Amino acid sequence: MSLLEVAGLGVRSADGRDLISDLSFTVDAGTRFGLIGESGSGKSLTALAIMGLLPPGMTASGSVTLDVPGRGRTEIVGAGERLLNRLRGRTTSVVFQEPLTALDPLMRIGHQVAEPLRRAQGLRGRALKTAVTAALEEVRLAEPDRIARAYPHEISGGQRQRVAIAMALACRPALLIADEPTTALDVTVQAEILALLDGLVSAHSMALLFIGHDLAVVSGITDHVLILKDGKAVESGAVLDVVNAPRHPYARELVGSARELDAALDRLGEGERS
Amino acid sequence: MSVEQALVGAPDGEGPKAATRHVSRSVTLTIGCVLVGVIVLVAVVSLFWLPFAPEDTSGGRLMPPGAPHLLGTDKLGRDLLTQLMIGARIALAAGAGSVVLGGAIGIVAGLAAGFATRWLDDVVSALLDILIAFPTLLLAMLVAATQAASLTSAIVAIGLAMSAIVARLTRVLVKRVLAHDFITAARTSGTSWPRVVLEHVVPNIWPTVSVNLALQFGLAVLAEASLSYLGLGAPPPNASWGRMLQEAQASVFIAPVGVIAPGVLIVVLVIGVNLVADGFRDVADPTRRRRR
Ligand SMILES: Nc1ncnc2c1ncn2[C@@H]1O[C@H](COP(=O)(O)OP(=O)(O)OP(=O)(O)O)[C@@H](O)[C@H]1O
Ligand SMILES: [Mg+2]
Repeated sequence: MSLLEVAGLGVRSADGRDLISDLSFTVDAGTRFGLIGESGSGKSLTALAIMGLLPPGMTASGSVTLDVPGRGRTEIVGAGERLLNRLRGRTTSVVFQEPLTALDPLMRIGHQVAEPLRRAQGLRGRALKTAVTAALEEVRLAEPDRIARAYPHEISGGQRQRVAIAMALACRPALLIADEPTTALDVTVQAEILALLDGLVSAHSMALLFIGHDLAVVSGITDHVLILKDGKAVESGAVLDVVNAPRHPYARELVGSARELDAALDRLGEGERS
Repeated sequence: MSVEQALVGAPDGEGPKAATRHVSRSVTLTIGCVLVGVIVLVAVVSLFWLPFAPEDTSGGRLMPPGAPHLLGTDKLGRDLLTQLMIGARIALAAGAGSVVLGGAIGIVAGLAAGFATRWLDDVVSALLDILIAFPTLLLAMLVAATQAASLTSAIVAIGLAMSAIVARLTRVLVKRVLAHDFITAARTSGTSWPRVVLEHVVPNIWPTVSVNLALQFGLAVLAEASLSYLGLGAPPPNASWGRMLQEAQASVFIAPVGVIAPGVLIVVLVIGVNLVADGFRDVADPTRRRRR
Protein backbone atom coordinates (compact mmCIF):
# COMPACT_ATOMS: atom_id res chain seq x y z
CA MET A 1 0.00 0.00 0.00
CA SER A 2 1.48 3.30 -1.05
CA LEU A 3 1.36 6.40 1.08
CA LEU A 4 1.52 8.69 -1.95
CA GLU A 5 0.49 7.67 -5.40
CA VAL A 6 0.96 10.08 -8.28
CA ALA A 7 -0.58 8.78 -11.48
CA GLY A 8 -0.56 10.59 -14.81
CA LEU A 9 -0.18 13.97 -13.11
CA GLY A 10 -0.28 16.94 -15.45
CA VAL A 11 -0.02 20.64 -14.61
CA ARG A 12 -1.07 23.27 -17.09
CA SER A 13 -0.32 26.97 -16.72
CA ALA A 14 -2.94 29.71 -16.99
CA ASP A 15 -1.87 30.38 -20.60
CA GLY A 16 -2.19 26.73 -21.58
CA ARG A 17 1.43 25.50 -21.46
CA ASP A 18 2.00 21.99 -20.16
CA LEU A 19 4.45 22.46 -17.30
CA ILE A 20 4.25 18.85 -16.13
CA SER A 21 2.90 15.99 -18.16
CA ASP A 22 2.05 12.39 -17.40
CA LEU A 23 4.10 12.06 -14.24
CA SER A 24 3.71 8.87 -12.21
CA PHE A 25 5.46 7.58 -9.12
CA THR A 26 4.66 6.14 -5.72
CA VAL A 27 6.14 6.69 -2.29
CA ASP A 28 5.58 3.95 0.30
CA ALA A 29 5.22 4.70 3.99
CA GLY A 30 8.60 5.17 5.66
CA THR A 31 10.60 5.22 2.40
CA ARG A 32 12.60 8.01 0.77
CA PHE A 33 11.97 9.12 -2.78
CA GLY A 34 14.11 11.58 -4.72
CA LEU A 35 13.00 13.95 -7.47
CA ILE A 36 15.90 15.24 -9.56
CA GLY A 37 15.87 17.77 -12.35
CA GLU A 38 17.42 20.97 -13.59
CA SER A 39 16.05 24.39 -12.74
CA GLY A 40 12.60 24.91 -14.25
CA SER A 41 11.93 21.21 -14.79
CA GLY A 42 8.84 21.33 -12.61
CA LYS A 43 10.06 19.90 -9.30
CA SER A 44 8.52 22.57 -7.08
CA LEU A 45 5.27 22.49 -9.04
CA THR A 46 5.08 18.73 -8.45
CA ALA A 47 5.45 19.35 -4.71
CA LEU A 48 2.76 22.06 -4.79
CA ALA A 49 0.42 19.83 -6.80
CA ILE A 50 0.81 17.11 -4.17
CA MET A 51 -0.23 19.64 -1.50
CA GLY A 52 -3.07 20.95 -3.66
CA LEU A 53 -1.41 24.36 -3.54
CA LEU A 54 -0.77 25.20 -7.19
CA PRO A 55 -0.53 28.94 -7.94
CA PRO A 56 -3.84 30.52 -9.00
CA GLY A 57 -4.72 29.85 -12.62
CA MET A 58 -2.79 26.59 -12.87
CA THR A 59 -4.77 23.41 -13.28
CA ALA A 60 -3.82 19.87 -12.39
CA SER A 61 -5.02 16.72 -14.14
CA GLY A 62 -4.49 13.07 -13.45
CA SER A 63 -4.47 11.77 -9.91
CA VAL A 64 -2.62 12.31 -6.64
CA THR A 65 -3.80 10.07 -3.82
CA LEU A 66 -2.67 10.10 -0.24
CA ASP A 67 -3.34 7.03 1.85
CA VAL A 68 -2.55 7.67 5.48
CA PRO A 69 -3.34 4.84 7.91
CA GLY A 70 -6.31 5.87 10.04
CA ARG A 71 -7.31 8.68 7.69
CA GLY A 72 -8.26 6.74 4.62
CA ARG A 73 -7.53 7.39 0.99
CA THR A 74 -7.88 10.91 -0.38
CA GLU A 75 -7.74 12.21 -3.92
CA ILE A 76 -5.95 15.57 -3.97
CA VAL A 77 -6.54 16.66 -7.56
CA GLY A 78 -9.85 18.53 -7.61
CA ALA A 79 -10.39 18.25 -3.84
CA GLY A 80 -12.04 21.14 -1.98
CA GLU A 81 -10.18 23.63 0.16
CA ARG A 82 -11.73 22.43 3.45
CA LEU A 83 -10.77 18.82 2.91
CA LEU A 84 -7.25 19.81 1.87
CA ASN A 85 -6.81 22.08 4.88
CA ARG A 86 -7.66 19.24 7.20
CA LEU A 87 -5.14 17.05 5.42
CA ARG A 88 -2.27 19.50 5.16
CA GLY A 89 0.29 19.58 7.89
CA ARG A 90 -0.87 16.36 9.47
CA THR A 91 -0.28 14.15 6.48
CA THR A 92 2.19 16.14 4.42
CA SER A 93 4.45 19.08 5.18
CA VAL A 94 7.06 21.00 3.20
CA VAL A 95 10.52 22.46 3.79
CA PHE A 96 11.32 25.10 1.20
CA GLN A 97 14.36 26.11 -0.78
CA GLU A 98 14.81 29.69 0.43
CA PRO A 99 15.08 29.76 4.21
CA LEU A 100 14.70 33.55 4.37
CA THR A 101 11.35 33.81 2.63
CA ALA A 102 10.07 30.59 4.23
CA LEU A 103 9.71 32.39 7.56
CA ASP A 104 7.52 35.41 8.22
CA PRO A 105 10.00 38.30 8.70
CA LEU A 106 7.75 40.10 11.18
CA MET A 107 6.98 37.23 13.52
CA ARG A 108 9.26 35.96 16.26
CA ILE A 109 10.53 32.43 15.63
CA GLY A 110 8.82 31.06 18.73
CA HIS A 111 5.45 32.34 17.58
CA GLN A 112 5.87 30.81 14.13
CA VAL A 113 6.83 27.41 15.50
CA ALA A 114 3.98 27.58 18.01
CA GLU A 115 1.35 28.07 15.29
CA PRO A 116 1.35 24.53 13.81
CA LEU A 117 1.87 22.99 17.27
CA ARG A 118 -1.15 24.80 18.59
CA ARG A 119 -3.30 23.80 15.66
CA ALA A 120 -2.22 20.20 15.30
CA GLN A 121 -1.75 19.22 18.91
CA GLY A 122 -4.12 21.67 20.58
CA LEU A 123 -1.45 22.89 23.00
CA ARG A 124 -1.87 26.16 24.93
CA GLY A 125 0.07 28.30 27.39
CA ARG A 126 2.93 26.71 29.30
CA ALA A 127 2.63 23.37 27.52
CA LEU A 128 2.86 25.17 24.18
CA LYS A 129 5.99 27.02 25.28
CA THR A 130 7.65 23.80 26.38
CA ALA A 131 6.70 22.16 23.09
CA VAL A 132 8.25 25.05 21.12
CA THR A 133 11.51 24.70 23.04
CA ALA A 134 11.46 20.94 22.51
CA ALA A 135 10.79 21.38 18.78
CA LEU A 136 13.77 23.75 18.47
CA GLU A 137 15.97 21.40 20.47
CA GLU A 138 14.96 18.52 18.25
CA VAL A 139 16.47 20.26 15.22
CA ARG A 140 19.69 20.74 17.23
CA LEU A 141 19.41 24.46 17.78
CA ALA A 142 21.57 25.47 20.71
CA GLU A 143 19.95 28.14 22.94
CA PRO A 144 16.39 27.41 21.80
CA ASP A 145 14.98 30.11 24.09
CA ARG A 146 17.11 32.83 22.54
CA ILE A 147 16.19 31.65 19.02
CA ALA A 148 12.50 31.58 19.96
CA ARG A 149 12.65 35.29 20.85
CA ALA A 150 14.55 36.25 17.68
CA TYR A 151 13.17 37.49 14.36
CA PRO A 152 14.19 35.54 11.23
CA HIS A 153 16.70 38.19 10.11
CA GLU A 154 18.50 37.86 13.42
CA ILE A 155 19.57 34.24 12.90
CA SER A 156 21.74 32.59 10.24
CA GLY A 157 20.56 30.81 7.10
CA GLY A 158 21.35 27.40 8.52
CA GLN A 159 19.49 28.21 11.72
CA ARG A 160 16.52 29.42 9.69
CA GLN A 161 16.40 26.19 7.75
CA ARG A 162 16.45 24.27 11.03
CA VAL A 163 13.50 26.36 12.22
CA ALA A 164 11.67 25.62 8.96
CA ILE A 165 12.27 21.90 9.52
CA ALA A 166 10.99 22.19 13.09
CA MET A 167 7.81 23.83 11.77
CA ALA A 168 7.34 21.16 9.11
CA LEU A 169 7.78 18.42 11.68
CA ALA A 170 5.50 20.05 14.25
CA CYS A 171 2.41 18.26 12.97
CA ARG A 172 4.21 14.90 12.71
CA PRO A 173 3.38 14.41 9.02
CA ALA A 174 3.41 10.97 7.46
CA LEU A 175 5.16 12.46 4.41
CA LEU A 176 7.76 15.22 4.53
CA ILE A 177 8.47 17.05 1.29
CA ALA A 178 11.85 18.77 1.21
CA ASP A 179 12.15 21.10 -1.79
CA GLU A 180 15.88 21.73 -2.26
CA PRO A 181 16.27 22.44 1.46
CA THR A 182 20.03 22.88 1.23
CA THR A 183 20.54 24.60 -2.13
CA ALA A 184 20.77 28.09 -0.62
CA LEU A 185 23.23 27.04 2.08
CA ASP A 186 26.99 26.66 1.96
CA VAL A 187 28.49 23.22 1.77
CA THR A 188 29.33 22.54 5.41
CA VAL A 189 25.92 23.72 6.62
CA GLN A 190 24.37 21.71 3.79
CA ALA A 191 25.91 18.49 5.13
CA GLU A 192 24.67 19.26 8.65
CA ILE A 193 21.12 19.90 7.48
CA LEU A 194 21.08 16.74 5.37
CA ALA A 195 22.29 14.68 8.33
CA LEU A 196 19.63 16.30 10.51
CA LEU A 197 16.84 15.55 8.02
CA ASP A 198 18.12 12.01 7.60
CA GLY A 199 18.06 11.41 11.36
CA LEU A 200 14.67 13.00 11.95
CA VAL A 201 12.97 11.15 9.10
CA SER A 202 14.26 7.86 10.49
CA ALA A 203 13.43 8.73 14.09
CA HIS A 204 9.80 9.50 13.26
CA SER A 205 9.58 6.83 10.53
CA MET A 206 8.26 9.39 8.09
CA ALA A 207 8.32 9.04 4.34
CA LEU A 208 10.49 11.62 2.58
CA LEU A 209 10.09 13.17 -0.84
CA PHE A 210 13.40 14.89 -1.43
CA ILE A 211 13.75 17.35 -4.29
CA GLY A 212 17.11 18.46 -5.67
CA HIS A 213 19.14 19.10 -8.77
CA ASP A 214 22.30 17.38 -7.59
CA LEU A 215 22.33 13.64 -8.15
CA ALA A 216 25.08 13.11 -5.58
CA VAL A 217 23.09 14.85 -2.84
CA VAL A 218 19.73 13.26 -3.69
CA SER A 219 21.09 9.74 -4.12
CA GLY A 220 22.83 10.03 -0.77
CA ILE A 221 19.60 10.43 1.17
CA THR A 222 16.98 8.52 -0.90
CA ASP A 223 16.48 4.96 -2.09
CA HIS A 224 14.38 5.59 -5.21
CA VAL A 225 14.77 8.47 -7.64
CA LEU A 226 12.93 9.96 -10.57
CA ILE A 227 14.70 12.20 -13.06
CA LEU A 228 12.57 15.02 -14.41
CA LYS A 229 13.28 17.03 -17.55
CA ASP A 230 10.94 19.70 -18.94
CA GLY A 231 8.09 18.37 -16.84
CA LYS A 232 8.46 14.76 -18.00
CA ALA A 233 9.95 11.76 -16.24
CA VAL A 234 12.93 10.54 -18.22
CA GLU A 235 14.14 7.84 -15.84
CA SER A 236 13.15 6.32 -12.55
CA GLY A 237 14.08 3.43 -10.35
CA ALA A 238 16.20 2.36 -7.42
CA VAL A 239 19.13 4.71 -6.81
CA LEU A 240 21.74 2.02 -7.47
CA ASP A 241 20.15 0.97 -10.77
CA VAL A 242 19.93 4.54 -12.02
CA VAL A 243 23.49 5.37 -11.01
CA ASN A 244 24.97 2.14 -12.37
CA ALA A 245 22.98 1.86 -15.58
CA PRO A 246 21.39 5.15 -16.64
CA ARG A 247 19.37 4.64 -19.82
CA HIS A 248 18.18 8.07 -20.86
CA PRO A 249 20.86 10.43 -22.28
CA TYR A 250 20.02 13.13 -19.74
CA ALA A 251 20.31 10.64 -16.88
CA ARG A 252 23.68 9.52 -18.27
CA GLU A 253 24.77 13.13 -18.39
CA LEU A 254 23.81 13.65 -14.73
CA VAL A 255 25.55 10.47 -13.62
CA GLY A 256 28.58 11.34 -15.75
CA SER A 257 29.03 14.78 -14.25
CA ALA A 258 28.56 13.43 -10.73
CA ARG A 259 31.23 10.81 -11.40
CA GLU A 260 33.59 13.39 -12.89
CA LEU A 261 33.25 15.52 -9.78
CA ASP A 262 33.91 12.47 -7.63
CA ALA A 263 36.97 11.55 -9.65
CA ALA A 264 38.28 15.12 -9.50
CA LEU A 265 37.85 15.14 -5.73
CA ASP A 266 39.64 11.80 -5.47
CA ARG A 267 42.56 13.10 -7.52
CA LEU A 268 42.73 16.18 -5.32
CA GLY A 269 42.71 13.98 -2.24
CA GLU A 270 45.53 11.80 -3.60
CA GLY A 271 47.52 14.89 -4.59
CA GLU A 272 47.30 16.17 -1.05
CA ARG A 273 48.36 12.85 0.43
CA SER A 274 51.38 12.29 -1.81
CA MET B 1 28.36 29.60 22.12
CA SER B 2 29.02 28.39 18.59
CA VAL B 3 30.77 30.56 16.00
CA GLU B 4 27.52 30.83 14.08
CA GLN B 5 25.71 32.34 17.06
CA ALA B 6 28.61 34.55 18.03
CA LEU B 7 28.55 36.11 14.58
CA VAL B 8 24.82 36.61 14.56
CA GLY B 9 24.74 38.10 18.03
CA ALA B 10 21.91 38.32 20.47
CA PRO B 11 18.47 39.32 19.21
CA ASP B 12 16.95 42.65 20.08
CA GLY B 13 15.65 43.37 23.55
CA GLU B 14 12.08 42.46 24.26
CA GLY B 15 8.74 44.16 24.62
CA PRO B 16 7.74 47.74 25.33
CA LYS B 17 11.09 48.74 26.82
CA ALA B 18 12.83 48.08 23.53
CA ALA B 19 10.11 49.97 21.69
CA THR B 20 10.45 53.13 23.81
CA ARG B 21 14.21 53.03 23.39
CA HIS B 22 13.73 53.06 19.63
CA VAL B 23 11.29 55.94 19.82
CA SER B 24 13.71 58.10 21.79
CA ARG B 25 16.58 57.07 19.54
CA SER B 26 14.82 58.23 16.46
CA VAL B 27 15.41 61.97 16.21
CA THR B 28 13.01 62.57 13.35
CA LEU B 29 10.26 60.84 15.23
CA THR B 30 10.92 62.99 18.31
CA ILE B 31 10.87 66.28 16.41
CA GLY B 32 7.80 65.17 14.49
CA CYS B 33 5.99 64.23 17.68
CA VAL B 34 6.80 67.63 19.22
CA LEU B 35 5.47 69.53 16.20
CA VAL B 36 2.30 67.45 15.95
CA GLY B 37 1.98 67.46 19.74
CA VAL B 38 1.94 71.27 19.87
CA ILE B 39 -0.91 71.44 17.35
CA VAL B 40 -2.83 68.69 19.15
CA LEU B 41 -2.34 70.50 22.47
CA VAL B 42 -3.63 73.75 20.98
CA ALA B 43 -6.65 71.94 19.55
CA VAL B 44 -7.41 70.27 22.89
CA VAL B 45 -7.06 73.54 24.81
CA SER B 46 -9.39 75.24 22.30
CA LEU B 47 -12.14 72.86 23.37
CA PHE B 48 -12.04 74.23 26.95
CA TRP B 49 -10.61 77.69 26.71
CA LEU B 50 -10.31 80.41 24.09
CA PRO B 51 -8.78 83.89 24.59
CA PHE B 52 -11.93 85.48 23.15
CA ALA B 53 -15.33 84.27 22.01
CA PRO B 54 -15.10 83.27 18.31
CA GLU B 55 -17.80 85.81 17.36
CA ASP B 56 -16.40 88.67 19.46
CA THR B 57 -15.65 91.53 17.07
CA SER B 58 -15.24 94.20 19.77
CA GLY B 59 -11.47 94.48 19.33
CA GLY B 60 -11.58 96.59 16.15
CA ARG B 61 -10.53 95.58 12.65
CA LEU B 62 -7.06 94.53 11.58
CA MET B 63 -5.42 95.41 14.88
CA PRO B 64 -1.68 94.72 15.01
CA PRO B 65 -0.33 92.16 17.49
CA GLY B 66 -0.28 93.37 21.10
CA ALA B 67 -2.38 93.32 24.26
CA PRO B 68 -5.12 92.16 24.59
CA HIS B 69 -5.10 90.58 21.11
CA LEU B 70 -1.77 88.75 21.11
CA LEU B 71 -1.73 88.20 17.34
CA GLY B 72 -4.03 91.04 16.43
CA THR B 73 -7.46 90.82 14.83
CA ASP B 74 -8.81 89.97 11.37
CA LYS B 75 -10.74 92.19 8.98
CA LEU B 76 -13.96 91.63 10.92
CA GLY B 77 -12.33 92.38 14.26
CA ARG B 78 -12.16 88.78 15.50
CA ASP B 79 -9.21 87.68 17.63
CA LEU B 80 -6.65 85.96 15.39
CA LEU B 81 -5.28 83.62 18.07
CA THR B 82 -8.80 82.38 18.80
CA GLN B 83 -9.39 81.70 15.12
CA LEU B 84 -6.09 79.86 14.79
CA MET B 85 -6.86 77.64 17.79
CA ILE B 86 -10.21 76.66 16.32
CA GLY B 87 -8.43 76.07 13.02
CA ALA B 88 -6.12 73.53 14.66
CA ARG B 89 -9.19 71.55 15.67
CA ILE B 90 -10.55 71.61 12.14
CA ALA B 91 -7.24 70.71 10.51
CA LEU B 92 -6.79 67.69 12.79
CA ALA B 93 -10.40 66.60 12.34
CA ALA B 94 -10.02 66.82 8.56
CA GLY B 95 -6.78 64.82 8.62
CA ALA B 96 -8.01 62.16 11.03
CA GLY B 97 -11.46 61.88 9.43
CA SER B 98 -10.08 61.43 5.92
CA VAL B 99 -7.45 58.93 7.05
CA VAL B 100 -10.01 56.83 8.93
CA LEU B 101 -12.45 56.89 6.01
CA GLY B 102 -9.86 56.53 3.24
CA GLY B 103 -7.84 53.97 5.19
CA ALA B 104 -10.81 51.77 6.01
CA ILE B 105 -12.21 51.73 2.47
CA GLY B 106 -8.79 51.56 0.86
CA ILE B 107 -7.38 48.70 2.94
CA VAL B 108 -10.49 46.55 2.58
CA ALA B 109 -10.70 47.16 -1.18
CA GLY B 110 -6.96 46.60 -1.58
CA LEU B 111 -7.05 43.31 0.34
CA ALA B 112 -9.98 42.14 -1.77
CA ALA B 113 -8.22 43.09 -5.01
CA GLY B 114 -4.98 41.50 -3.84
CA PHE B 115 -6.72 38.18 -3.34
CA ALA B 116 -9.04 38.46 -6.31
CA THR B 117 -8.79 36.24 -9.35
CA ARG B 118 -7.46 37.68 -12.55
CA TRP B 119 -10.43 39.34 -14.20
CA LEU B 120 -11.87 40.76 -10.98
CA ASP B 121 -8.44 42.13 -10.13
CA ASP B 122 -8.23 43.76 -13.58
CA VAL B 123 -11.62 45.40 -13.11
CA VAL B 124 -10.73 46.74 -9.66
CA SER B 125 -7.35 48.02 -10.87
CA ALA B 126 -8.96 49.88 -13.76
CA LEU B 127 -11.53 51.41 -11.39
CA LEU B 128 -8.77 52.53 -9.04
CA ASP B 129 -6.80 54.13 -11.86
CA ILE B 130 -9.85 56.12 -12.91
CA LEU B 131 -10.50 57.21 -9.32
CA ILE B 132 -6.88 58.24 -8.83
CA ALA B 133 -6.86 60.20 -12.09
CA PHE B 134 -9.92 62.11 -10.85
CA PRO B 135 -8.80 65.36 -9.16
CA THR B 136 -9.63 65.55 -5.46
CA LEU B 137 -10.91 69.10 -5.86
CA LEU B 138 -13.34 68.10 -8.60
CA LEU B 139 -14.55 65.23 -6.44
CA ALA B 140 -14.98 67.67 -3.55
CA MET B 141 -17.02 70.04 -5.72
CA LEU B 142 -19.26 67.14 -6.73
CA VAL B 143 -19.73 66.09 -3.13
CA ALA B 144 -20.33 69.71 -2.16
CA ALA B 145 -22.88 70.01 -4.97
CA THR B 146 -24.97 67.15 -3.61
CA GLN B 147 -24.84 68.39 -0.02
CA ALA B 148 -23.90 71.83 1.31
CA ALA B 149 -20.18 72.47 1.63
CA SER B 150 -19.09 71.52 5.12
CA LEU B 151 -16.25 69.93 7.01
CA THR B 152 -17.97 66.57 6.53
CA SER B 153 -18.29 66.98 2.77
CA ALA B 154 -14.61 67.92 2.59
CA ILE B 155 -13.66 64.84 4.64
CA VAL B 156 -15.81 62.56 2.47
CA ALA B 157 -14.25 63.93 -0.71
CA ILE B 158 -10.67 63.75 0.57
CA GLY B 159 -11.26 60.33 2.13
CA LEU B 160 -12.69 58.89 -1.10
CA ALA B 161 -9.79 60.19 -3.16
CA MET B 162 -7.38 58.81 -0.57
CA SER B 163 -9.05 55.40 -0.47
CA ALA B 164 -8.14 54.77 -4.11
CA ILE B 165 -4.48 55.50 -3.43
CA VAL B 166 -4.44 53.35 -0.29
CA ALA B 167 -6.25 50.53 -2.12
CA ARG B 168 -3.74 50.51 -4.94
CA LEU B 169 -0.81 50.39 -2.51
CA THR B 170 -2.46 47.67 -0.40
CA ARG B 171 -3.18 45.57 -3.47
CA VAL B 172 0.45 45.62 -4.62
CA LEU B 173 1.73 44.86 -1.12
CA VAL B 174 -0.69 41.95 -0.70
CA LYS B 175 0.39 40.46 -4.02
CA ARG B 176 4.00 40.74 -2.98
CA VAL B 177 3.48 39.12 0.42
CA LEU B 178 1.43 36.31 -1.11
CA ALA B 179 4.34 35.37 -3.36
CA HIS B 180 6.50 34.51 -0.35
CA ASP B 181 7.19 30.95 0.69
CA PHE B 182 6.06 31.58 4.26
CA ILE B 183 2.49 32.03 3.00
CA THR B 184 2.70 28.69 1.20
CA ALA B 185 4.41 27.23 4.27
CA ALA B 186 1.56 28.43 6.48
CA ARG B 187 -0.91 26.91 4.07
CA THR B 188 0.97 23.61 3.84
CA SER B 189 0.54 23.30 7.58
CA GLY B 190 -3.20 23.79 7.15
CA THR B 191 -3.70 27.45 8.12
CA SER B 192 -7.01 28.70 6.73
CA TRP B 193 -7.15 31.78 4.48
CA PRO B 194 -8.73 34.14 7.06
CA ARG B 195 -5.98 33.20 9.51
CA VAL B 196 -3.28 33.69 6.90
CA VAL B 197 -4.65 37.17 6.24
CA LEU B 198 -4.81 38.14 9.92
CA GLU B 199 -1.56 36.54 11.05
CA HIS B 200 0.73 37.04 8.07
CA VAL B 201 -0.66 39.34 5.37
CA VAL B 202 -1.93 42.23 7.49
CA PRO B 203 1.13 42.43 9.79
CA ASN B 204 3.44 42.36 6.78
CA ILE B 205 1.70 45.12 4.85
CA TRP B 206 0.95 47.23 7.95
CA PRO B 207 4.35 48.95 8.37
CA THR B 208 4.21 50.31 4.82
CA VAL B 209 0.49 51.04 4.84
CA SER B 210 0.60 52.85 8.18
CA VAL B 211 3.50 55.03 7.10
CA ASN B 212 1.59 55.84 3.94
CA LEU B 213 -1.52 56.69 5.98
CA ALA B 214 0.55 59.09 8.08
CA LEU B 215 1.78 60.78 4.92
CA GLN B 216 -1.79 60.88 3.64
CA PHE B 217 -2.77 62.64 6.87
CA GLY B 218 -0.45 65.49 5.92
CA LEU B 219 -1.83 65.60 2.39
CA ALA B 220 -5.37 65.61 3.76
CA VAL B 221 -4.58 68.64 5.94
CA LEU B 222 -3.29 70.43 2.84
CA ALA B 223 -6.30 69.34 0.80
CA GLU B 224 -8.71 70.60 3.43
CA ALA B 225 -6.91 73.94 3.54
CA SER B 226 -7.19 74.17 -0.26
CA LEU B 227 -10.87 73.28 -0.24
CA SER B 228 -11.58 75.87 2.46
CA TYR B 229 -9.55 78.41 0.54
CA LEU B 230 -11.92 77.78 -2.37
CA GLY B 231 -14.95 77.98 -0.09
CA LEU B 232 -15.63 74.23 -0.27
CA GLY B 233 -14.73 73.45 3.33
CA ALA B 234 -16.14 74.23 6.73
CA PRO B 235 -18.45 77.27 6.44
CA PRO B 236 -18.11 80.32 8.76
CA PRO B 237 -17.92 80.79 11.68
CA ASN B 238 -15.68 77.72 11.77
CA ALA B 239 -12.22 79.08 11.15
CA SER B 240 -10.26 76.79 8.87
CA TRP B 241 -6.65 77.78 8.27
CA GLY B 242 -7.29 77.65 4.54
CA ARG B 243 -10.17 80.08 4.72
CA MET B 244 -8.25 82.36 7.08
CA LEU B 245 -5.51 82.57 4.45
CA GLN B 246 -8.03 83.43 1.78
CA GLU B 247 -9.75 86.08 3.90
CA ALA B 248 -6.48 87.68 4.99
CA GLN B 249 -4.76 87.81 1.64
CA ALA B 250 -6.39 91.09 0.58
CA SER B 251 -4.89 92.84 3.59
CA VAL B 252 -1.52 91.08 3.52
CA PHE B 253 0.42 94.38 3.48
CA ILE B 254 -1.51 95.96 6.31
CA ALA B 255 -1.77 92.90 8.55
CA PRO B 256 0.79 90.28 7.42
CA VAL B 257 0.34 88.17 10.57
CA GLY B 258 -3.11 87.16 9.34
CA VAL B 259 -1.50 85.38 6.38
CA ILE B 260 1.74 84.25 7.97
CA ALA B 261 0.26 82.63 11.09
CA PRO B 262 -2.14 80.13 9.43
CA GLY B 263 0.46 79.44 6.75
CA VAL B 264 3.12 78.61 9.34
CA LEU B 265 0.73 76.36 11.26
CA ILE B 266 -0.18 74.39 8.13
CA VAL B 267 3.52 73.89 7.39
CA VAL B 268 4.28 72.89 11.01
CA LEU B 269 1.52 70.27 11.06
CA VAL B 270 2.35 68.82 7.64
CA ILE B 271 6.09 68.64 8.29
CA GLY B 272 5.46 67.24 11.77
CA VAL B 273 3.23 64.49 10.38
CA ASN B 274 5.80 63.64 7.72
CA LEU B 275 8.59 63.38 10.29
CA VAL B 276 6.43 61.14 12.45
CA ALA B 277 5.70 58.94 9.42
CA ASP B 278 9.38 58.70 8.62
CA GLY B 279 10.44 57.86 12.16
CA PHE B 280 7.55 55.47 12.60
CA ARG B 281 8.77 53.37 9.67
CA ASP B 282 11.76 52.22 11.72
CA VAL B 283 9.73 51.49 14.82
CA ALA B 284 7.02 49.56 12.99
CA ASP B 285 9.35 47.23 11.11
CA PRO B 286 11.64 44.99 13.21
CA THR B 287 13.80 44.15 10.20
CA ARG B 288 14.84 47.81 9.98
CA ARG B 289 15.53 48.38 13.66
CA ARG B 290 19.02 46.97 13.71
CA ARG B 291 20.29 48.97 10.79
CA ARG B 292 20.66 52.26 12.59
N1 LIG C 1 3.53 30.92 -10.61
C1 LIG C 1 3.91 30.51 -11.83
N2 LIG C 1 3.29 31.01 -12.92
C2 LIG C 1 3.66 30.61 -14.17
N3 LIG C 1 4.62 29.71 -14.42
C3 LIG C 1 5.27 29.17 -13.38
C4 LIG C 1 4.95 29.55 -12.03
N4 LIG C 1 5.76 28.85 -11.19
C5 LIG C 1 6.55 28.10 -11.99
N5 LIG C 1 6.26 28.28 -13.30
C6 LIG C 1 6.90 27.61 -14.45
O1 LIG C 1 6.82 26.23 -14.25
C7 LIG C 1 8.02 25.58 -14.63
C8 LIG C 1 8.51 24.69 -13.50
O2 LIG C 1 8.78 25.50 -12.35
P1 LIG C 1 9.29 24.91 -10.97
O3 LIG C 1 9.26 26.01 -10.00
O4 LIG C 1 8.52 23.68 -10.66
O5 LIG C 1 10.80 24.51 -11.33
P2 LIG C 1 11.85 23.79 -10.39
O6 LIG C 1 12.15 22.49 -11.02
O7 LIG C 1 11.39 23.78 -8.99
O8 LIG C 1 13.13 24.74 -10.56
P3 LIG C 1 14.20 25.23 -9.47
O9 LIG C 1 15.21 24.15 -9.35
O10 LIG C 1 14.78 26.45 -10.10
O11 LIG C 1 13.48 25.51 -8.20
C9 LIG C 1 9.00 26.68 -15.00
O12 LIG C 1 9.12 26.71 -16.40
C10 LIG C 1 8.36 27.94 -14.50
O13 LIG C 1 8.61 28.98 -15.41
MG1 LIG D 1 12.02 24.78 -7.17
